[in-house]
Amino acid sequence: MNLAIAMARLLLFPGLLFAVPAAWFFLWVERKSVALMQQRIGPPFPQPMFDFVKLLGKSTPPRRGIDGFLMRMWPLISVSASATAAGLLPVLPARGGFEGDLIFLIALLEIPAICIIAAGFSSRSMFGEIGSAREAVLTVAYNVVFLLAILSIAASQHTFRLEALAQLPVTPLRYIGLLAILICLPAKLHINPFSLPNAEQEIYSGPMTEYAGAELAMWQLSHGMEWVASCGLVATLAIPQFSHWAVNVLAFGVLSLVLVLLLSVLAAATARLAIDTTVRFYWKCTLVFACLILIAFVSSSFMQEVRS
Amino acid sequence: MNLWKQCMCYCRRHSPWIFHMNSGSCNGCDIELVAALTPRYDAEQLGVLLQGSPRHADILCITGPVTHTSAPAIHTVYEQVCGPKAVVAIGSCPASTNVFIDSRVLVGPLNRHVPVDVFVPGCPPRPDAIIEGIALAASILARREANPVLGDASQTEVHP
Repeated sequence: MNLAIAMARLLLFPGLLFAVPAAWFFLWVERKSVALMQQRIGPPFPQPMFDFVKLLGKSTPPRRGIDGFLMRMWPLISVSASATAAGLLPVLPARGGFEGDLIFLIALLEIPAICIIAAGFSSRSMFGEIGSAREAVLTVAYNVVFLLAILSIAASQHTFRLEALAQLPVTPLRYIGLLAILICLPAKLHINPFSLPNAEQEIYSGPMTEYAGAELAMWQLSHGMEWVASCGLVATLAIPQFSHWAVNVLAFGVLSLVLVLLLSVLAAATARLAIDTTVRFYWKCTLVFACLILIAFVSSSFMQEVRS
Repeated sequence: MNLWKQCMCYCRRHSPWIFHMNSGSCNGCDIELVAALTPRYDAEQLGVLLQGSPRHADILCITGPVTHTSAPAIHTVYEQVCGPKAVVAIGSCPASTNVFIDSRVLVGPLNRHVPVDVFVPGCPPRPDAIIEGIALAASILARREANPVLGDASQTEVHP
């Protein structure tokens, strides 16, 4: 893919220029839908932007040495990784992509979680360390299901190229994989019932406890862009490709919004689970989805044998 | 005043994040503060969010008449809140130590320890009054951005 198209994808659509307003919009949808469920008016439309600008204007506590440098770097790495992940989504087909970009996308989606773990430990706050330990356990628990789903989708259609995956017809196995990814999303986005790492009030704010000002603003932005990237990944894999690019973009936007609404409703309707229950839940999910995927694999290859 | 400053003033007024601290209160005002954040009063319309960490907060909401044991904690938490910040004293206790006046376990009132921006008197104050006090503190923060000479708690306001 040539450089101009790659830059346009990273900086314009679906990269930074699209992902930042979309991140704010999704954060607003998350809060507004909870408000509507509780029969109140809720925050005004530009509320996440107000919060972001206000946080940019706040001071940060003085930090010296390598810890201070690392603490300033983690949110920046996290934001750039999630923005790049959003930029890789194949919303407009035949506009780029490279062999193996699915693996790159998965790696980029993991970086915010790693940054959160490292941020909590480098803040040296007791609550930050508890939050980071929880995040590490949670990452190990849900990633088995997540990677299993992604790998089975890719293996069944013999490609690790996102664009090719988006253009291939949707098989039953892909639906099973998407369901597994959907189950992992609440843990990936740290929302209820899996809001263990940043469990507000319980361990203050987890790994974010010592963050303030512009760094906290970057964490918020990174969280919003994780919403965009992970909901966008499910949306691009679930919808068939249309001939006109505008229809593609519209379908991508609408399906992402539906996913955000679904996850917010789930978050508002559930309470936080304990860490052992969460891990047990995801291990059980691994077993169930492994069986389902195996059955789907065997039956599809059997059907092919019969047809040939 | 340039555009960025105007934008910052506006955003500060619309996004007050609060941290709640009890300095020996009887729990009456704390219940009312929690009531102010419930769906019935919907403080989130004004952008009010209760934060778990004082580092994230703009406005420190303190209840209680300041006891010996809580005074060092108040100083610590006040230092942990990053600037620009405001302090809202909720209830009559932080304003005047209320019925606990002359008690030997008290070192209050609150403004002997930290600069207070808004007093919300009442025993306990109504949730509406608390929300109005927080909104007033947010507009004080915005005013300080417009005019930095004002400094911390230059004009203490009593409300209602």
